[in-house]
Amino acid sequence: MDLFISILSGVCMALGGILLISGAVGVLRFSDFYNRLHAAGVTDTLAASLILFGLMLLSEHSGILLKLILILLFVLLTSPTASHALAKAAWKAGLKPDTSNDKPGQ
Amino acid sequence: MAKQIFARHTVSVIFTLAVIWGANSWNWDPLLIAFGVLSVLLVAWICHRMDVIDHESQPFHLTLRLPAYYAWLIKQIVLSNIDVVKRVWRSDSSSSAVLARLPVEQSTDVGRVIYANSVNLTPGTLVVELSNTQMLVHALTQESITELQQGEMSRKVTELEG
Repeated sequence: MDLFISILSGVCMALGGILLISGAVGVLRFSDFYNRLHAAGVTDTLAASLILFGLMLLSEHSGILLKLILILLFVLLTSPTASHALAKAAWKAGLKPDTSNDKPGQ
Repeated sequence: MAKQIFARHTVSVIFTLAVIWGANSWNWDPLLIAFGVLSVLLVAWICHRMDVIDHESQPFHLTLRLPAYYAWLIKQIVLSNIDVVKRVWRSDSSSSAVLARLPVEQSTDVGRVIYANSVNLTPGTLVVELSNTQMLVHALTQESITELQQGEMSRKVTELEG
């Protein structure tokens, strides 16, 4: 049972790590500011959740488990708000998204 | 009646703060518990002075319906994450982004915030502007916009609002 939980937690954290890298690569590869925010969203949501979930499986102490749950809740509540604030600031500053269908990335 | 509702929200603020203190301290010394009680009461009093103890800061009318919504939302988050990650690793990085105005049908502020937050939580869609009746959404693809226009998420949030 212990072995099973360690493996499951390892898989979760590895997947989370892959998603973190994908998010970072996306931020570099996507063409304009708004597209890059979408890539950053991958890191904010599933990657962070998977890593925290993997850590929750390993926590042998319920105090640590509760703290990890609180961290997850706060991340899930604040990260969409932060990306909205960024997008809104860019929009108000007059940055227009690149919405043409066939423009190559820069 | 108003007083009763007020008391319920105060109890809920104190309970939430106590749980957060307990979870983060996890130390049951009498001294630390006393500090905890003092802090909780101080913060509850400050919240009361700031007049922020109401149904918005304590939306417990949503509590029972939230788990089902979260389960559905997690599925959506996983699906859209996979989609965005595929786009990240695809060899051509051309942009097919779309900007669209969508109606917002929720009647309360809490409902609108939950809807906009859910749209932001699913990668590939991002709320740029939000007003009482509509929102401006930036999406990586036309498909995500079409999916939002079909309104499943909006309907679920409206149900959650009750």
